[in-house]
Amino acid sequence: MTRAMPVLTVLGAIFALWYLAAIWMNATWVYDQAQRAGTTVTLAQVIPQTMAQARPLLPPPHQVAAELWKGVTAQAITSKRSLVYHGYVTFRGTMMGFALGIVLGVALAMAIVRFRVMELSVMPWAIISQTIPIVALAPMILTVSNQIGIDNREVPKAIISAYLSFFPVLVSMVKGLRSPDHMQLDLLSTYGASDGQTFRKLRLPASLPYFFASLKVAIAAALIGTIVGELPTGAIEGLGARMLIGSQFGEPLIMWAALFAAAILAGGLILIVGLIERMAQARMGVPA
Amino acid sequence: MSWLIGATLFWLAAWALNVRLAASRFGATRAGRITVAALFGITLLVLWEGLVRGFAVSPIILPGPSVIGPKIASSLPILWADFVQTVIKGALTGFAIGALAAFAAAIAIDRSPFLQKGLLPIGNFVSALPIVGLAPVLVMWFGFDWQSKAAVVVVMVFFPLLVNMVAGLQATDRLHRDLMATYSATYTQRLLKLRLPAAMPFFFNGLKIAATLALIGAIVAEFFGSPIVGMGFRISTEVGKLGLDMVWATIAVAALSGSALYGLIALIESRVTFWHPSQRK
Repeated sequence: MTRAMPVLTVLGAIFALWYLAAIWMNATWVYDQAQRAGTTVTLAQVIPQTMAQARPLLPPPHQVAAELWKGVTAQAITSKRSLVYHGYVTFRGTMMGFALGIVLGVALAMAIVRFRVMELSVMPWAIISQTIPIVALAPMILTVSNQIGIDNREVPKAIISAYLSFFPVLVSMVKGLRSPDHMQLDLLSTYGASDGQTFRKLRLPASLPYFFASLKVAIAAALIGTIVGELPTGAIEGLGARMLIGSQFGEPLIMWAALFAAAILAGGLILIVGLIERMAQARMGVPA
Repeated sequence: MSWLIGATLFWLAAWALNVRLAASRFGATRAGRITVAALFGITLLVLWEGLVRGFAVSPIILPGPSVIGPKIASSLPILWADFVQTVIKGALTGFAIGALAAFAAAIAIDRSPFLQKGLLPIGNFVSALPIVGLAPVLVMWFGFDWQSKAAVVVVMVFFPLLVNMVAGLQATDRLHRDLMATYSATYTQRLLKLRLPAAMPFFFNGLKIAATLALIGAIVAEFFGSPIVGMGFRISTEVGKLGLDMVWATIAVAALSGSALYGLIALIESRVTFWHPSQRK
């Protein structure tokens, strides 16, 4: 309880500020309407009107919650208007990118730790690759994969998402695979262990805590990548596409509902990865 | 066919050279490391060119570096205007405002343990969210010009920086704090002489993460509406016009600005945190 109190207080303050901001930002529209109608409105009349506009500048929390609820429950979850459906599309893209990113990150890390030439030539470019804003590449990835015969819109999304998520895995795994100290390596060499045995029995187990720690960062990055990938690639489904549609058709409520659906998805994914991390740690005997 | 064979031969030769360089004494020096990395980069470009020519890929799908290079040279004024609009006006303004705000907020939060306990979990959570989704909302609020792009960047960089800076302010040693107490240092003195310097490695770590986010935010925000200048605008319209050489030219500029921004921050970091173990030669 002592830990929850401050968080709840801050959350409460955020909601209060949000309501105040909503009244302040949406009031302009109410005053404009009143002026056009030739009437005057008092502040007491303005406030209720700022709470229930169809196209508010800033929708108050209960309107967003209502839209979110409508998006989840008002139709079958396979419907094109259902947020569950769009959320699932984004989730699938995220998972594909996440898996691809993990495989790529681990494979590169293994090669970098094993071969010095890989470290010297690939590592600097891996760092540079992350300073390149991926969104610039996103439309290109779509065009190229389209032209070489991949009609599936999932593939470019997964590539973008993997591009963002492989890096944290790579960096942590390089660190983790190098974490055994000299004593341990020396011990294995006195046993006459081969390179493969050293890798399997020492380096790989030693790297696992680093691996799981990097997964949390990687899953968040994968989700950002998927959503960004849904924006310019002309995707018609997924939470990113919902945001784009809300923006283009001037429907702020759709935009906000998609935004919060994405936030909930992110929270859930991070929670699950955290659980897996804790389970793995428990199995490996790390004190909680 | 000869292009394919040539590119493959070049790749093999460069790789063999790199293997030898990496094993040699030269490979352990700074110049050696740069040479190996540069050689690898050049190899990628040669392979790209070789594949494009060898398979006769249409320039509408994937132009080779030999097409993109001249395109960059011939459209410098447009690229410069896009760079000013997106990077200098949008990304850098937002980056500076966001960094200052996070810096100030972290110092304010640091004085109150209650706010720390309340804001840190939320800040941690928010910095993992796809904040980039706020871009359409902010474009609606601040209009199509660079102000909305800067606003997106501010929101994107604020939380990662805040979390890093608060962690940094708490990163002082017990021993150091006790020393300050025996000097009977005031809050300001402790902040200026001990805690801010100690927080700097963390802050710069956050700045490095934020630098990439800033460019992503500025470009994504342009997909939701922009004046007829800017890197995001250029990319989305040129893709529509199949002017892919121009798209790749813009990507090259984006990559250069991203790397330059990162390099600049790393340079300032090495000057400010010269005392930190990771900076020692």
